[in-house]
Amino acid sequence: MATAISPEFKTITINMGPQHPSTHGVLRLVIELDGETVVSLKPVIGYLHTGMEKTMESKNYHKSITVTDRMDYLSPLGNNMAYVGAVEKLMNLELPERAQVLRVILLELTRISSHLVWLGTHAIDLGAMSVFLYCFREREKLLDVNDMVAGSRLTPSYFRVGGFFQDVPDTFVPHVSKFLDEFPIALGEYQDLLTKNRIWMKRTIGVGVISAEQAIDLAVTGPTLRGSGVRYDVRRAQPYSGYETYDFEVPLGRNGDVYDRFLCRIEEMKQSLSIVRQGLDRLRPGPVRCDNPYLFPADRTDVKLNMEELIYHFKIMSEGYSAPPGDAYFAIESPKGELGFYVVSDGGPIPHRTRVRPPSFINLQALEDMCVGRMVADTVACIGSIDIVLGEVDR
Amino acid sequence: MGLEELVPDGILTTTVEKMINWARRSSLWPATFGLACCAIEMMATSASRYDLARFGAEVFRASPRQADLMIVAGRVSKKMAPVLKRIYDQMPEPKWVISMGACASCGGIFNNYAIVQGVDTVVPVDVYVPGCPPRPEALIYGIMKLQEKIDKQRLKQAPPVAESEPPRIATETSSATA
Repeated sequence: MATAISPEFKTITINMGPQHPSTHGVLRLVIELDGETVVSLKPVIGYLHTGMEKTMESKNYHKSITVTDRMDYLSPLGNNMAYVGAVEKLMNLELPERAQVLRVILLELTRISSHLVWLGTHAIDLGAMSVFLYCFREREKLLDVNDMVAGSRLTPSYFRVGGFFQDVPDTFVPHVSKFLDEFPIALGEYQDLLTKNRIWMKRTIGVGVISAEQAIDLAVTGPTLRGSGVRYDVRRAQPYSGYETYDFEVPLGRNGDVYDRFLCRIEEMKQSLSIVRQGLDRLRPGPVRCDNPYLFPADRTDVKLNMEELIYHFKIMSEGYSAPPGDAYFAIESPKGELGFYVVSDGGPIPHRTRVRPPSFINLQALEDMCVGRMVADTVACIGSIDIVLGEVDR
Repeated sequence: MGLEELVPDGILTTTVEKMINWARRSSLWPATFGLACCAIEMMATSASRYDLARFGAEVFRASPRQADLMIVAGRVSKKMAPVLKRIYDQMPEPKWVISMGACASCGGIFNNYAIVQGVDTVVPVDVYVPGCPPRPEALIYGIMKLQEKIDKQRLKQAPPVAESEPPRIATETSSATA
Protein backbone atom coordinates (compact mmCIF):
# COMPACT_ATOMS: atom_id res chain seq x y z
CA MET A 1 0.00 0.00 0.00
CA ALA A 2 2.59 2.50 1.13
CA THR A 3 4.69 2.02 -1.99
CA ALA A 4 1.69 2.88 -4.17
CA ILE A 5 1.54 6.38 -2.78
CA SER A 6 3.69 8.87 -4.58
CA PRO A 7 6.41 10.46 -2.47
CA GLU A 8 4.81 13.89 -2.29
CA PHE A 9 1.74 12.43 -0.61
CA LYS A 10 3.65 10.14 1.67
CA THR A 11 3.31 12.28 4.73
CA ILE A 12 0.49 14.43 5.97
CA THR A 13 0.79 17.40 8.24
CA ILE A 14 -1.70 17.77 11.04
CA ASN A 15 -2.27 20.51 13.52
CA MET A 16 -2.72 19.70 17.19
CA GLY A 17 -4.00 22.57 19.26
CA PRO A 18 -3.97 25.34 20.35
CA GLN A 19 -7.35 24.21 21.61
CA HIS A 20 -6.79 20.57 22.44
CA PRO A 21 -7.66 18.82 25.68
CA SER A 22 -4.30 17.16 26.15
CA THR A 23 -1.87 19.90 25.25
CA HIS A 24 -2.07 21.28 28.79
CA GLY A 25 -3.06 24.75 27.80
CA VAL A 26 -2.71 26.45 24.48
CA LEU A 27 0.24 24.60 23.01
CA ARG A 28 0.07 24.05 19.28
CA LEU A 29 1.97 21.27 17.59
CA VAL A 30 2.47 20.94 13.87
CA ILE A 31 3.02 17.23 13.35
CA GLU A 32 4.09 15.58 10.14
CA LEU A 33 2.81 12.03 9.99
CA ASP A 34 3.72 9.03 7.91
CA GLY A 35 0.70 6.86 8.51
CA GLU A 36 0.50 7.04 12.28
CA THR A 37 4.20 7.56 12.83
CA VAL A 38 5.50 10.99 13.72
CA VAL A 39 8.11 12.18 11.21
CA SER A 40 8.60 15.66 12.59
CA LEU A 41 7.03 17.72 15.29
CA LYS A 42 7.24 21.46 15.81
CA PRO A 43 5.80 23.22 18.82
CA VAL A 44 4.26 26.59 17.98
CA ILE A 45 4.12 28.71 21.06
CA GLY A 46 3.07 32.20 22.00
CA TYR A 47 -0.67 31.70 22.31
CA LEU A 48 -0.50 32.74 25.92
CA HIS A 49 2.19 35.37 25.58
CA THR A 50 1.48 37.86 28.30
CA GLY A 51 4.43 40.18 28.12
CA MET A 52 5.31 39.54 31.74
CA GLU A 53 8.97 40.44 31.51
CA LYS A 54 8.04 43.74 29.91
CA THR A 55 5.31 44.35 32.47
CA MET A 56 7.87 43.84 35.23
CA GLU A 57 9.99 46.62 33.79
CA SER A 58 7.23 49.09 34.54
CA LYS A 59 6.36 47.88 38.03
CA ASN A 60 8.42 48.24 41.16
CA TYR A 61 9.96 45.20 42.81
CA HIS A 62 7.07 44.73 45.17
CA LYS A 63 4.34 44.82 42.55
CA SER A 64 6.11 42.35 40.28
CA ILE A 65 5.55 39.59 42.82
CA THR A 66 1.90 39.37 41.81
CA VAL A 67 2.94 39.03 38.17
CA THR A 68 5.18 36.05 38.92
CA ASP A 69 2.24 34.17 40.46
CA ARG A 70 0.56 34.00 37.11
CA MET A 71 3.55 32.58 35.32
CA ASP A 72 3.63 28.96 36.45
CA TYR A 73 0.22 28.99 38.04
CA LEU A 74 0.59 25.46 39.36
CA SER A 75 3.40 26.46 41.69
CA PRO A 76 2.82 30.15 42.38
CA LEU A 77 4.92 30.17 45.52
CA GLY A 78 7.85 28.71 43.62
CA ASN A 79 7.74 31.65 41.25
CA ASN A 80 7.46 34.05 44.17
CA MET A 81 10.50 32.43 45.72
CA ALA A 82 12.62 32.63 42.59
CA TYR A 83 11.77 36.28 42.08
CA VAL A 84 12.12 37.50 45.63
CA GLY A 85 15.24 35.37 45.91
CA ALA A 86 16.80 37.24 43.01
CA VAL A 87 15.91 40.61 44.49
CA GLU A 88 17.13 39.53 47.92
CA LYS A 89 20.41 38.44 46.37
CA LEU A 90 20.67 41.82 44.71
CA MET A 91 19.98 43.59 47.98
CA ASN A 92 22.13 41.19 50.02
CA LEU A 93 19.46 40.34 52.56
CA GLU A 94 19.71 37.68 55.24
CA LEU A 95 16.43 36.14 56.31
CA PRO A 96 15.48 35.09 59.85
CA GLU A 97 15.38 31.38 60.59
CA ARG A 98 11.59 31.09 60.81
CA ALA A 99 11.08 32.74 57.44
CA GLN A 100 13.48 30.32 55.79
CA VAL A 101 11.85 27.27 57.33
CA LEU A 102 8.38 28.50 56.43
CA ARG A 103 9.49 29.06 52.87
CA VAL A 104 10.81 25.53 52.60
CA ILE A 105 7.57 24.10 54.00
CA LEU A 106 5.43 26.13 51.63
CA LEU A 107 7.63 25.43 48.62
CA GLU A 108 7.46 21.70 49.20
CA LEU A 109 3.71 21.79 49.69
CA THR A 110 3.47 23.71 46.44
CA ARG A 111 5.60 21.09 44.75
CA ILE A 112 3.18 18.40 45.88
CA SER A 113 0.17 20.37 44.67
CA SER A 114 1.81 20.99 41.31
CA HIS A 115 2.71 17.33 40.92
CA LEU A 116 -0.88 16.43 41.78
CA VAL A 117 -2.21 18.48 38.88
CA TRP A 118 0.44 16.90 36.65
CA LEU A 119 -0.55 13.42 37.79
CA GLY A 120 -4.26 14.06 37.38
CA THR A 121 -4.01 15.58 33.92
CA HIS A 122 -1.37 13.12 32.74
CA ALA A 123 -3.59 10.23 33.79
CA ILE A 124 -6.69 11.77 32.22
CA ASP A 125 -4.77 12.18 28.95
CA LEU A 126 -4.02 8.49 28.97
CA GLY A 127 -7.57 7.55 29.83
CA ALA A 128 -7.59 7.20 33.62
CA MET A 129 -10.30 9.60 34.72
CA SER A 130 -10.62 8.61 38.36
CA VAL A 131 -7.02 9.52 39.22
CA PHE A 132 -7.81 13.11 38.31
CA LEU A 133 -10.67 13.26 40.80
CA TYR A 134 -8.54 11.73 43.56
CA CYS A 135 -5.66 14.10 42.88
CA PHE A 136 -7.85 17.15 43.04
CA ARG A 137 -9.35 15.91 46.28
CA GLU A 138 -5.93 16.03 47.93
CA ARG A 139 -4.93 19.22 46.14
CA GLU A 140 -7.87 21.09 47.66
CA LYS A 141 -6.30 20.57 51.07
CA LEU A 142 -3.12 22.26 49.86
CA LEU A 143 -5.07 25.10 48.31
CA ASP A 144 -6.67 25.51 51.72
CA VAL A 145 -3.18 26.14 53.08
CA ASN A 146 -2.68 28.94 50.54
CA ASP A 147 -6.08 30.27 51.43
CA MET A 148 -5.21 30.19 55.11
CA VAL A 149 -1.88 31.97 54.88
CA ALA A 150 -2.55 34.47 52.11
CA GLY A 151 -6.29 34.57 51.48
CA SER A 152 -6.13 33.29 47.93
CA ARG A 153 -6.27 29.74 46.67
CA LEU A 154 -4.28 29.82 43.50
CA THR A 155 -2.34 33.07 43.39
CA PRO A 156 -1.23 33.73 46.95
CA SER A 157 1.66 36.21 46.35
CA TYR A 158 2.64 35.35 49.88
CA PHE A 159 6.40 35.82 49.75
CA ARG A 160 7.87 39.28 50.04
CA VAL A 161 11.33 40.61 49.47
CA GLY A 162 12.79 40.12 52.93
CA GLY A 163 10.37 37.53 54.27
CA PHE A 164 6.59 37.48 54.51
CA PHE A 165 3.99 40.18 54.90
CA GLN A 166 2.55 38.35 57.90
CA ASP A 167 3.13 35.22 59.91
CA VAL A 168 1.12 32.07 59.32
CA PRO A 169 -2.05 31.69 61.40
CA ASP A 170 -2.24 29.30 64.36
CA THR A 171 -4.26 26.82 62.33
CA PHE A 172 -1.38 26.36 59.86
CA VAL A 173 0.67 23.76 61.72
CA PRO A 174 -2.27 21.49 62.69
CA HIS A 175 -3.62 21.64 59.15
CA VAL A 176 -0.30 20.74 57.55
CA SER A 177 0.31 17.97 60.12
CA LYS A 178 -3.09 16.51 59.30
CA PHE A 179 -2.23 16.62 55.61
CA LEU A 180 1.08 14.90 56.28
CA ASP A 181 -0.78 12.07 57.97
CA GLU A 182 -3.39 11.72 55.26
CA PHE A 183 -1.35 12.18 52.13
CA PRO A 184 0.76 8.96 52.22
CA ILE A 185 -2.49 6.97 52.16
CA ALA A 186 -3.71 8.93 49.16
CA LEU A 187 -0.37 8.53 47.42
CA GLY A 188 -0.67 4.79 47.97
CA GLU A 189 -4.04 4.92 46.25
CA TYR A 190 -2.61 6.64 43.20
CA GLN A 191 0.13 4.08 42.97
CA ASP A 192 -2.39 1.28 43.31
CA LEU A 193 -4.30 2.79 40.43
CA LEU A 194 -1.35 3.39 38.13
CA THR A 195 2.07 1.99 38.98
CA LYS A 196 1.32 -1.63 38.20
CA ASN A 197 -1.64 -0.92 35.96
CA ARG A 198 -1.08 -2.86 32.75
CA ILE A 199 -2.64 -0.24 30.48
CA TRP A 200 -0.62 2.49 32.15
CA MET A 201 2.60 0.51 31.84
CA LYS A 202 1.95 -0.26 28.18
CA ARG A 203 1.29 3.37 27.42
CA THR A 204 4.35 4.68 29.26
CA ILE A 205 7.21 2.15 29.42
CA GLY A 206 9.66 2.70 26.60
CA VAL A 207 7.72 5.72 25.34
CA GLY A 208 9.35 9.10 24.88
CA VAL A 209 12.84 7.87 25.71
CA ILE A 210 15.46 10.55 26.04
CA SER A 211 19.03 9.65 26.91
CA ALA A 212 21.07 11.40 29.54
CA GLU A 213 23.37 12.96 26.92
CA GLN A 214 20.42 14.25 24.90
CA ALA A 215 18.78 15.65 28.01
CA ILE A 216 21.95 17.49 29.03
CA ASP A 217 22.44 18.81 25.50
CA LEU A 218 18.93 20.18 25.48
CA ALA A 219 19.44 21.84 28.89
CA VAL A 220 16.44 19.99 30.24
CA THR A 221 16.03 20.21 34.02
CA GLY A 222 13.78 18.91 36.74
CA PRO A 223 12.16 15.47 36.81
CA THR A 224 12.42 15.33 33.02
CA LEU A 225 16.21 15.33 33.38
CA ARG A 226 16.32 13.14 36.45
CA GLY A 227 14.10 10.57 34.75
CA SER A 228 17.05 10.02 32.43
CA GLY A 229 19.33 9.38 35.37
CA VAL A 230 21.19 12.68 35.67
CA ARG A 231 21.63 13.80 39.23
CA TYR A 232 20.95 17.52 39.08
CA ASP A 233 18.69 19.21 41.55
CA VAL A 234 19.05 22.92 42.25
CA ARG A 235 18.18 22.27 45.88
CA ARG A 236 21.43 20.30 46.07
CA ALA A 237 23.55 22.06 43.45
CA GLN A 238 22.92 25.64 44.61
CA PRO A 239 21.01 25.36 47.90
CA TYR A 240 18.74 28.22 48.88
CA SER A 241 16.57 28.96 51.87
CA GLY A 242 18.53 26.44 53.94
CA TYR A 243 17.88 23.36 51.78
CA GLU A 244 21.41 22.14 52.45
CA THR A 245 20.43 21.31 56.03
CA TYR A 246 17.51 19.07 55.10
CA ASP A 247 17.79 15.37 54.65
CA PHE A 248 16.20 14.21 51.41
CA GLU A 249 16.84 11.98 48.44
CA VAL A 250 16.92 13.04 44.80
CA PRO A 251 15.04 10.30 42.95
CA LEU A 252 16.56 9.22 39.66
CA GLY A 253 15.17 7.26 36.75
CA ARG A 254 17.10 4.82 34.61
CA ASN A 255 15.58 4.56 31.16
CA GLY A 256 14.45 8.13 30.60
CA ASP A 257 10.98 7.12 29.44
CA VAL A 258 7.58 8.42 30.44
CA TYR A 259 7.22 5.75 33.10
CA ASP A 260 10.50 6.67 34.79
CA ARG A 261 9.56 10.32 34.89
CA PHE A 262 6.25 9.28 36.42
CA LEU A 263 8.03 7.26 39.12
CA CYS A 264 10.45 10.14 39.75
CA ARG A 265 7.67 12.58 40.42
CA ILE A 266 5.79 10.15 42.66
CA GLU A 267 8.98 9.63 44.67
CA GLU A 268 9.56 13.39 44.76
CA MET A 269 6.21 13.85 46.42
CA LYS A 270 7.28 11.42 49.15
CA GLN A 271 10.54 13.29 49.60
CA SER A 272 8.66 16.58 49.78
CA LEU A 273 6.52 15.15 52.55
CA SER A 274 9.66 14.25 54.45
CA ILE A 275 11.08 17.76 53.98
CA VAL A 276 7.84 19.32 55.21
CA ARG A 277 7.94 17.05 58.24
CA GLN A 278 11.50 18.14 59.04
CA GLY A 279 10.48 21.76 58.50
CA LEU A 280 7.60 21.53 60.94
CA ASP A 281 9.96 20.11 63.56
CA ARG A 282 12.28 23.08 63.15
CA LEU A 283 9.59 25.73 63.20
CA ARG A 284 10.23 27.98 66.19
CA PRO A 285 8.50 31.24 67.04
CA GLY A 286 10.30 34.29 65.79
CA PRO A 287 10.22 37.08 63.25
CA VAL A 288 9.27 36.22 59.66
CA ARG A 289 10.76 39.28 58.01
CA CYS A 290 14.04 41.17 57.93
CA ASP A 291 14.41 44.02 60.34
CA ASN A 292 14.73 46.58 57.58
CA PRO A 293 12.71 49.80 57.67
CA TYR A 294 13.14 50.31 53.94
CA LEU A 295 11.33 47.10 53.11
CA PHE A 296 8.48 46.80 55.57
CA PRO A 297 6.48 49.64 57.06
CA ALA A 298 6.39 49.86 60.85
CA ASP A 299 3.34 49.11 62.96
CA ARG A 300 0.39 51.38 62.50
CA THR A 301 0.72 52.90 65.97
CA ASP A 302 4.38 53.76 65.37
CA VAL A 303 3.52 55.32 62.04
CA LYS A 304 1.00 57.54 63.77
CA LEU A 305 3.32 58.58 66.58
CA ASN A 306 6.76 58.89 64.97
CA MET A 307 7.83 61.14 62.14
CA GLU A 308 10.60 58.78 61.03
CA GLU A 309 8.27 55.78 60.66
CA LEU A 310 5.77 57.93 58.82
CA ILE A 311 8.39 58.91 56.26
CA TYR A 312 9.45 55.30 55.74
CA HIS A 313 5.83 54.26 55.42
CA PHE A 314 5.19 56.94 52.83
CA LYS A 315 8.30 56.02 50.87
CA ILE A 316 7.45 52.33 50.79
CA MET A 317 3.83 52.88 49.83
CA SER A 318 4.45 55.53 47.18
CA GLU A 319 7.74 54.57 45.59
CA GLY A 320 8.74 51.15 46.89
CA TYR A 321 12.24 50.11 47.78
CA SER A 322 15.33 50.38 45.65
CA ALA A 323 17.96 47.80 44.95
CA PRO A 324 21.63 48.73 44.53
CA PRO A 325 22.89 48.82 40.92
CA GLY A 326 23.98 45.45 39.64
CA ASP A 327 22.48 42.20 38.53
CA ALA A 328 21.61 38.88 40.14
CA TYR A 329 20.56 35.46 38.95
CA PHE A 330 18.72 33.26 41.37
CA ALA A 331 17.41 29.80 40.57
CA ILE A 332 15.23 27.39 42.46
CA GLU A 333 14.13 23.84 41.84
CA SER A 334 10.55 24.44 40.81
CA PRO A 335 8.32 21.39 40.26
CA LYS A 336 9.16 21.65 36.55
CA GLY A 337 12.90 22.18 36.81
CA GLU A 338 15.34 25.02 37.25
CA LEU A 339 13.37 28.23 37.45
CA GLY A 340 15.61 31.25 37.48
CA PHE A 341 15.14 35.00 37.57
CA TYR A 342 17.78 37.37 36.33
CA VAL A 343 17.19 40.87 37.61
CA VAL A 344 19.18 43.89 36.51
CA SER A 345 18.95 46.97 38.65
CA ASP A 346 20.02 50.50 37.80
CA GLY A 347 19.65 51.59 41.40
CA GLY A 348 16.04 52.70 41.20
CA PRO A 349 12.86 51.15 42.58
CA ILE A 350 11.97 49.59 39.22
CA PRO A 351 14.12 46.82 37.72
CA HIS A 352 15.90 47.77 34.54
CA ARG A 353 15.32 44.30 33.15
CA THR A 354 13.90 41.05 34.44
CA ARG A 355 14.58 37.87 32.55
CA VAL A 356 13.08 34.52 33.39
CA ARG A 357 14.63 31.13 32.76
CA PRO A 358 11.46 29.10 32.52
CA PRO A 359 11.93 25.34 32.89
CA SER A 360 8.81 24.50 30.87
CA PHE A 361 10.02 26.46 27.86
CA ILE A 362 13.36 24.73 27.80
CA ASN A 363 11.97 21.27 28.59
CA LEU A 364 9.54 21.67 25.71
CA GLN A 365 12.50 21.46 23.34
CA ALA A 366 12.90 17.82 24.26
CA LEU A 367 9.43 17.02 22.93
CA GLU A 368 10.51 16.55 19.34
CA ASP A 369 13.29 14.14 20.29
CA MET A 370 10.84 12.18 22.39
CA CYS A 371 8.10 11.88 19.80
CA VAL A 372 9.79 11.45 16.43
CA GLY A 373 9.56 7.88 15.21
CA ARG A 374 6.76 6.92 17.53
CA MET A 375 2.99 6.75 17.15
CA VAL A 376 1.01 9.96 17.25
CA ALA A 377 -0.89 8.73 20.31
CA ASP A 378 2.39 8.66 22.26
CA THR A 379 2.75 12.39 21.71
CA VAL A 380 0.06 12.91 24.31
CA ALA A 381 1.94 10.77 26.82
CA CYS A 382 5.16 12.70 26.12
CA ILE A 383 3.54 16.11 26.56
CA GLY A 384 2.12 14.97 29.87
CA SER A 385 5.43 13.58 31.04
CA ILE A 386 7.42 16.79 30.59
CA ASP A 387 4.80 18.64 32.64
CA ILE A 388 4.69 21.94 30.83
CA VAL A 389 2.69 24.94 31.89
CA LEU A 390 1.98 27.24 29.00
CA GLY A 391 1.80 30.27 31.22
CA GLU A 392 5.48 29.74 31.87
CA VAL A 393 6.43 28.73 28.33
CA ASP A 394 4.95 31.88 26.81
CA ARG A 395 5.09 34.26 29.79
CA MET B 1 -40.11 9.32 46.02
CA GLY B 2 -39.62 10.73 42.61
CA LEU B 3 -41.42 12.30 39.73
CA GLU B 4 -44.13 9.64 39.90
CA GLU B 5 -45.40 10.96 43.24
CA LEU B 6 -45.32 14.58 42.13
CA VAL B 7 -47.07 13.87 38.86
CA PRO B 8 -49.36 10.92 39.52
CA ASP B 9 -51.23 11.19 36.20
CA GLY B 10 -48.06 11.53 34.20
CA ILE B 11 -49.16 14.80 32.63
CA LEU B 12 -47.65 18.23 33.09
CA THR B 13 -48.78 21.44 31.48
CA THR B 14 -46.18 23.97 30.52
CA THR B 15 -45.20 26.14 27.62
CA VAL B 16 -42.78 25.06 24.95
CA GLU B 17 -40.63 28.03 25.81
CA LYS B 18 -40.35 27.10 29.47
CA MET B 19 -39.63 23.50 28.70
CA ILE B 20 -36.94 24.29 26.17
CA ASN B 21 -35.32 26.80 28.47
CA TRP B 22 -35.42 24.28 31.29
CA ALA B 23 -33.75 21.70 29.11
CA ARG B 24 -31.11 24.12 27.90
CA ARG B 25 -30.18 25.48 31.28
CA SER B 26 -30.12 22.12 33.00
CA SER B 27 -27.53 20.57 30.73
CA LEU B 28 -25.00 23.17 29.77
CA TRP B 29 -22.06 21.57 28.02
CA PRO B 30 -18.99 23.76 28.37
CA ALA B 31 -16.19 23.61 25.84
CA THR B 32 -12.80 22.95 27.44
CA PHE B 33 -11.32 26.30 26.72
CA GLY B 34 -8.74 26.66 29.42
CA LEU B 35 -6.20 29.37 28.77
CA ALA B 36 -4.33 30.25 31.93
CA CYS B 37 -4.60 30.20 35.70
CA CYS B 38 -8.41 30.35 35.68
CA ALA B 39 -8.46 27.06 33.78
CA ILE B 40 -7.00 25.34 36.82
CA GLU B 41 -9.80 26.75 38.95
CA MET B 42 -12.25 25.65 36.26
CA MET B 43 -10.80 22.15 36.54
CA ALA B 44 -11.09 22.36 40.31
CA THR B 45 -14.73 23.38 39.91
CA SER B 46 -15.45 20.27 37.91
CA ALA B 47 -13.40 18.03 40.21
CA SER B 48 -14.02 16.43 43.55
CA ARG B 49 -14.83 19.08 46.09
CA TYR B 50 -16.93 21.49 44.07
CA ASP B 51 -18.48 18.96 41.69
CA LEU B 52 -19.99 21.04 38.94
CA ALA B 53 -22.10 18.01 37.99
CA ARG B 54 -24.61 19.16 40.59
CA PHE B 55 -25.51 21.98 38.23
CA GLY B 56 -25.70 19.85 35.12
CA ALA B 57 -22.67 21.46 33.54
CA GLU B 58 -19.93 18.92 34.05
CA VAL B 59 -19.69 17.47 30.55
CA PHE B 60 -16.65 19.37 29.33
CA ARG B 61 -16.42 18.77 25.62
CA ALA B 62 -13.15 18.89 23.78
CA SER B 63 -14.87 19.69 20.52
CA PRO B 64 -16.60 23.06 20.30
CA ARG B 65 -19.17 21.49 17.99
CA GLN B 66 -20.55 19.55 20.93
CA ALA B 67 -20.60 22.46 23.36
CA ASP B 68 -23.01 25.27 24.02
CA LEU B 69 -21.12 27.18 26.69
CA MET B 70 -17.68 28.67 26.36
CA ILE B 71 -15.98 29.50 29.63
CA VAL B 72 -13.13 31.78 28.64
CA ALA B 73 -10.82 30.93 31.52
CA GLY B 74 -7.75 33.10 31.51
CA ARG B 75 -5.97 35.86 29.68
CA VAL B 76 -6.54 36.06 25.94
CA SER B 77 -3.45 37.06 24.02
CA LYS B 78 -3.62 38.85 20.70
CA LYS B 79 -2.36 35.67 19.07
CA MET B 80 -5.10 33.62 20.68
CA ALA B 81 -7.99 35.97 19.89
CA PRO B 82 -8.56 34.75 16.29
CA VAL B 83 -8.48 31.16 17.52
CA LEU B 84 -11.00 32.01 20.19
CA LYS B 85 -13.29 33.64 17.64
CA ARG B 86 -13.04 30.61 15.39
CA ILE B 87 -13.86 28.22 18.22
CA TYR B 88 -16.81 30.38 19.16
CA ASP B 89 -18.01 30.32 15.55
CA GLN B 90 -17.75 26.55 15.50
CA MET B 91 -20.11 26.14 18.43
CA PRO B 92 -23.70 25.46 17.40
CA GLU B 93 -26.51 27.84 18.37
CA PRO B 94 -27.73 28.53 20.97
CA LYS B 95 -24.49 29.33 22.72
CA TRP B 96 -23.35 31.33 25.68
CA VAL B 97 -20.08 32.73 26.91
CA ILE B 98 -18.84 33.15 30.46
CA SER B 99 -15.86 35.41 30.86
CA MET B 100 -14.01 33.95 33.81
CA GLY B 101 -11.64 36.12 35.74
CA ALA B 102 -10.26 39.61 35.54
CA CYS B 103 -8.01 39.00 32.53
CA ALA B 104 -10.78 37.64 30.33
CA SER B 105 -13.16 40.33 31.47
CA CYS B 106 -10.97 43.41 31.17
CA GLY B 107 -7.30 42.48 30.79
CA GLY B 108 -6.73 42.23 34.52
CA ILE B 109 -3.29 43.19 35.73
CA PHE B 110 -1.87 42.86 32.22
CA ASN B 111 -2.48 46.14 30.50
CA ASN B 112 0.20 45.70 27.87
CA TYR B 113 0.92 44.99 24.23
CA ALA B 114 0.17 41.29 24.39
CA ILE B 115 -3.20 40.88 26.05
CA VAL B 116 -6.66 41.58 24.66
CA GLN B 117 -8.32 44.00 27.06
CA GLY B 118 -11.48 42.01 27.60
CA VAL B 119 -12.75 39.04 25.64
CA ASP B 120 -15.96 40.96 24.92
CA THR B 121 -14.04 42.74 22.19
CA VAL B 122 -13.93 39.40 20.36
CA VAL B 123 -17.09 37.48 21.27
CA PRO B 124 -20.32 38.54 23.03
CA VAL B 125 -20.20 37.72 26.73
CA ASP B 126 -23.22 36.73 28.83
CA VAL B 127 -21.79 36.54 32.32
CA TYR B 128 -18.63 38.08 33.76
CA VAL B 129 -17.11 36.35 36.77
CA PRO B 130 -14.73 38.63 38.67
CA GLY B 131 -11.69 37.43 40.57
CA CYS B 132 -8.06 36.68 39.91
CA PRO B 133 -8.72 33.83 39.62
CA PRO B 134 -12.35 33.49 40.74
CA ARG B 135 -12.90 30.85 43.36
CA PRO B 136 -14.88 27.81 42.22
CA GLU B 137 -17.83 29.12 44.21
CA ALA B 138 -17.74 32.26 42.11
CA LEU B 139 -17.70 30.29 38.87
CA ILE B 140 -20.63 28.18 40.07
CA TYR B 141 -22.47 31.38 40.93
CA GLY B 142 -21.71 32.66 37.43
CA ILE B 143 -23.11 29.49 35.91
CA MET B 144 -26.22 29.82 38.06
CA LYS B 145 -26.62 33.41 36.88
CA LEU B 146 -26.35 32.18 33.33
CA GLN B 147 -29.01 29.58 34.03
CA GLU B 148 -31.29 32.33 35.32
CA LYS B 149 -30.59 34.25 32.14
CA ILE B 150 -31.40 31.25 29.94
CA ASP B 151 -34.62 30.74 31.89
CA LYS B 152 -35.77 34.20 30.88
CA GLN B 153 -34.88 33.79 27.23
CA ARG B 154 -37.73 34.21 24.74
CA LEU B 155 -37.89 31.75 21.93
CA LYS B 156 -38.79 34.41 19.39
CA GLN B 157 -35.89 36.70 20.10
CA ALA B 158 -33.54 33.80 20.67
CA PRO B 159 -29.90 34.36 20.19
CA PRO B 160 -29.02 36.45 17.13
CA VAL B 161 -26.48 38.40 19.17
CA ALA B 162 -23.66 36.65 17.41
CA GLU B 163 -24.70 37.75 13.94
CA SER B 164 -25.76 41.29 14.79
CA GLU B 165 -22.69 42.21 16.79
CA PRO B 166 -19.49 42.09 14.80
CA PRO B 167 -16.25 41.77 16.70
CA ARG B 168 -14.83 45.09 17.70
CA ILE B 169 -11.23 44.22 17.03
CA ALA B 170 -9.98 42.85 13.78
CA THR B 171 -9.31 39.15 13.91
CA GLU B 172 -7.83 36.92 11.26
CA THR B 173 -11.18 35.40 10.33
CA SER B 174 -13.08 38.67 10.22
CA SER B 175 -10.43 40.55 8.29
CA ALA B 176 -10.21 37.71 5.80
CA THR B 177 -13.91 37.86 5.05
CA ALA B 178 -14.16 41.66 5.08
